Amino acid sequence: MAEISTGSITGEGSITGEGSSTGEGSITGEGSTSGGGDLPFVDGLLRQVDYWATLWARTWRGVVASSFLSPFLYVIAMGVLLGGFVEADSETLEGASSYLAFVVPGLIAAHAMQTAVSETTYPVMGMIKWQRIYESMLATPLQPQHVVGAHLGSVALHLVATCGLYALVLAPFGVYESWWGPFVAFLAQVLCGMTFATLVYAFTTRNRSEEGFGVLFRLGVFPLFLFSGAFFPVSNLGDVGGTIARLTPLWHGVNLSRMFALDNVVWWQAGVNVAVLVVLMVLGWFWSVSGLTKRMLS
Amino acid sequence: MSDTLSEGTADDAVETPDQPAMITARGLRKRFRQTSGDGFEAVRGIDIDVRKGEAFGFLGPNGAGKSSTMRMIASVSPVTGGELRILGMDPAVDGPAIRGRIGVCPQEDNLDQELNVFDNLYVYGRYFGLPKQVVRERVGELLEFAKLTEKAKAKVDELSGGMKRRLTIARSLINRPDLLLLDEPTTGLDPQARHLLWDQLFRLKQAGVTLVLTTHYMDEAEQLCDRLVIMDKGVIVAEGAPRDLIREHSTREVAELRFGVGEHAAHAELLADLGDRIEELPDRLLVYAEDGEEVVARTHERGLQPIATLVRRSTLEDVFLRLTGRTLVD
Repeated sequence: MAEISTGSITGEGSITGEGSSTGEGSITGEGSTSGGGDLPFVDGLLRQVDYWATLWARTWRGVVASSFLSPFLYVIAMGVLLGGFVEADSETLEGASSYLAFVVPGLIAAHAMQTAVSETTYPVMGMIKWQRIYESMLATPLQPQHVVGAHLGSVALHLVATCGLYALVLAPFGVYESWWGPFVAFLAQVLCGMTFATLVYAFTTRNRSEEGFGVLFRLGVFPLFLFSGAFFPVSNLGDVGGTIARLTPLWHGVNLSRMFALDNVVWWQAGVNVAVLVVLMVLGWFWSVSGLTKRMLS
Repeated sequence: MSDTLSEGTADDAVETPDQPAMITARGLRKRFRQTSGDGFEAVRGIDIDVRKGEAFGFLGPNGAGKSSTMRMIASVSPVTGGELRILGMDPAVDGPAIRGRIGVCPQEDNLDQELNVFDNLYVYGRYFGLPKQVVRERVGELLEFAKLTEKAKAKVDELSGGMKRRLTIARSLINRPDLLLLDEPTTGLDPQARHLLWDQLFRLKQAGVTLVLTTHYMDEAEQLCDRLVIMDKGVIVAEGAPRDLIREHSTREVAELRFGVGEHAAHAELLADLGDRIEELPDRLLVYAEDGEEVVARTHERGLQPIATLVRRSTLEDVFLRLTGRTLVD
């Protein structure tokens, strides 16, 4: 009784604990009272597809436009205009026939890093503390691993779009040495981006404010961008400098991307590059989930 | 025989003991670790029982531990001591299942500013694993309920404070929760918006939803809560129905007597025997008594002439201030 118009909203007497309300319970992952436990990982991701799709529906034009524009500008400035002054034989350019062909695969990998970092710094901080989207998500059956997973999934999609468009734009420049190499190089670039995405996501969850980002950009991203082999062979840095450069995650991404694009693959190196990137990415994933858990569910 | 029967039902109506427990807490504690020192204990051993269909309130000054308690009940903050059961489940084990059956309306709106009103509700419903069609239908009903149907396509930015609050409450109902948690639901709203919200919460209560809310507003607690606890410094200092609390911790009436500046201390001594209790404030004396008019009359009999007098009923605010003090808590 007392079924006011709200009756329909609050559930037809569903309130009575069991009975119809267990109907809801079953939605949340079954057996509500017994066992319970975690929501299955994939289920948690699928439940967020509509959210991220709605966001993407609003932003994809910008992503595509900037994905076309920035490679053009970079390639014209670095590859064509600056590269025009670079006289080097293919030996010193790690097997590339021109400076343009040398710089392009490295540039895409470095661009993947930058995209990943920009997607996992301010946007993640915003969802943690400015708009507090995560707080609203975690009040539902979703758990930190689902929230992190879906967000990083969106970053992966962004990387696929960006690196894919980059590669397409450059195809007419004749910088690829085989038909299959660019595809593997593309995967390497996305992997490189995702490694940075998980690591920087973890970093962001452990920062109280955005002040740490300035340091990250100045002391992390910028030096890596310049000195991890994207623009010149790291052997130019000398023994010590070269060794340090080869320890950075970005170099592994750049090297992998370039070897496949230039069809000049040293397989043991490729194995090491992939292993390093995958291990760091997995570590970053666990740090991200634990970081978000500590931050949001204290 | 008929006597015993009617007695039984009367008791049931007041105590609702046969209703299933929605929340049970025994010796519940919450300690936050701090980088330095021992940490800070926000909740220091509280017992709570909330039964189905009740409207239950947490009152207390800032820092009393209300929000920490609410977060533990919402299963987003691990319990650090004692026992807590929500809908019969342990939040440490069954967090997702519990959260699937409760609705949460946080203190500050955390709506998605990038999405419009409809999408805010829609994507949220999907987090609960509800099928698309079901969510769409419910969004329609909830927009109606929250009087936001016209605003379905509006951006959240464009909504007034009251509209945002209604949208947040509507969102918390998308999974048809058995238990609705509201953290200071009407803070910052104008009187019209507050009354509309109270009306909506009352309708939910009528429909059988168990409400648990925190509030700073005593009138809100009196309006909405069947039963409440007053918390202070992490413990419960009083518990009961608003009327019972007033009866227990205050007198029926309060006479407020205003004298000239600086006279209050002296007069307080002269009038101390007129009521159960007398309280001296910078600008007036409060005499707690069964009959406030008599206090005023006796005051005049004693040759004292207050500048102004006011006789009123005791309120929950009197109880609250008595139990938690008048000192400002930041």
